Amino acid sequence: MRACYSVFRLKLATGFQYRSAALAGIATQFFWGFIIIMVYQAFYSQPLADPPISLTQIVTYIWLQQAFLAFIALWFRDNELFQLITTGNIAYELCRPSGLYGLWYAKLLAQRLSSAVLRCFPILTVALLLPSPYRLTLPPDPATALLFLLVLILGLLILVAVSMLIYISTFITMSAAGSLLMFGVAGEFLAGMIVPVPLMPSWLQTIVYALPFRLAADFPFRVYSGHIPMDEALATIPIQLLWLAALVWIGRFTMGKALRRVVIQGG
Amino acid sequence: MITVSGISKSFKVARRSSGFGNAFKSLFRREYTEVAALSDVTFSIGPGEIVGYIGPNGAGKSTTIKVMSGILVPDGGTCSIMGYTPWLDRVQYVRNIGVVFGQRSQLWWDVPVIDSFELLRDIYDVTDKEYRGNLELLTDTLDLGDLLRTPVRQLSLGQRMRCEIAASLLHGPGILFLDEPTIGLDAVSKIAVRKFISAINKEKDVTVILTTHDMSDIEALAQRILLIGKGKLLYDGDLDAMRAKYGAAEGGETGGGSAIEEALVNMYKEYEIS
Repeated sequence: MRACYSVFRLKLATGFQYRSAALAGIATQFFWGFIIIMVYQAFYSQPLADPPISLTQIVTYIWLQQAFLAFIALWFRDNELFQLITTGNIAYELCRPSGLYGLWYAKLLAQRLSSAVLRCFPILTVALLLPSPYRLTLPPDPATALLFLLVLILGLLILVAVSMLIYISTFITMSAAGSLLMFGVAGEFLAGMIVPVPLMPSWLQTIVYALPFRLAADFPFRVYSGHIPMDEALATIPIQLLWLAALVWIGRFTMGKALRRVVIQGG
Repeated sequence: MITVSGISKSFKVARRSSGFGNAFKSLFRREYTEVAALSDVTFSIGPGEIVGYIGPNGAGKSTTIKVMSGILVPDGGTCSIMGYTPWLDRVQYVRNIGVVFGQRSQLWWDVPVIDSFELLRDIYDVTDKEYRGNLELLTDTLDLGDLLRTPVRQLSLGQRMRCEIAASLLHGPGILFLDEPTIGLDAVSKIAVRKFISAINKEKDVTVILTTHDMSDIEALAQRILLIGKGKLLYDGDLDAMRAKYGAAEGGETGGGSAIEEALVNMYKEYEIS
């Protein structure tokens, strides 16, 4: 535990060094945020039926997506870990007296956290001050805000557990590109990153609700705007915990298997 | 202290000839050859020994080190080090060993060395007092001083290697595996590393297993050598005896190498592993 905490702290401190990357990220995310909001504005100006989610809620959804991109993007990766596996530097990690899963999990968590902390405050502050169709609204009440934070953190833990599977698959495939692309594209779509989940056709929603991806993005964002009422949100927390436990178990199990037949690449 | 008996390990290697046609064929049927990296390797090492482990490239030196440090699971054979089987009791076992892979790095690239050291302290759960003691000793003997506060990416290879060796000894292991620790180092750094190895062996009674291609490393440090070739252990014995047996004959051609290297080449020839 002490080891995991130590890795977490060091990676967090390292992450805070990358200020220019954060600035560039913020600029990109504003650009994206505006473009996507404009697209939805155009859609909502010609409504054919009663929309399942209001434009204000969509705008909130999009700004939160941009602010917490590092929490929810599956393509956000640690190349160091991939290199460790494909070049054989993992030899060193394997002569440590601690499980690899915990150490890597802590590392990935810290990386996402440091990146998100650097980016989210400027984005949220500016988005809260924008003129009206673009403005990020505050959550309806403080309790909702707290609940949002809780489910956001749980979602982050789930997402890191999912991303661990990408790294573990690299032991077998020796290349990160494939799993990264597959998890990245499918995972992001199923998390509601491309089309917000309430706007999906109902058959697709059934699939999305059965999978864990939306629990990291779509779910917390709709809790924030009040689109998911509080009692429903509270009822979903056990499902989040269940998914988290299952994903961590699968990760540990497959990692154990992969390590038993691991070949250290290179001399 | 270390008993290795009958260890074997083979790897599956995909092979094909050059050209598009062969590449296309291998889409459907891939040919694998089994390469025996180790076959029936047996030896034992007592506490406080320094053993030089030598052999040509690809002989299986690194594989042996990886098996002994619990990273690789061998196909057959047994190994008992300080009462542990490395690959079965990995987590408990690795607390007692230090490993340096000369061609790899265990330090975090973007942060000062001391940050990596403190991380290792927490990973190995070393008490503060022990950590301070070890760090002080290592800083003095390896002359780390200012290096500790420099980011790793700005260290020279020699400086980095000194830090790598220190990193592997912070938890005060009883056994140290060194896999080519002097590769690519200049004369000064090489001698510093050698001095340090023999100091740590004398002062803290650390057992050292050292692989290298530089015979002067072996000459300076080890009394006993193990020679491995094509996965088989060929020679296990005294360095002086090897020198006496295989050393260049009086007035023989020396080809420009030092006497010990000549002896090694003669030995490779005798065992047909060059």
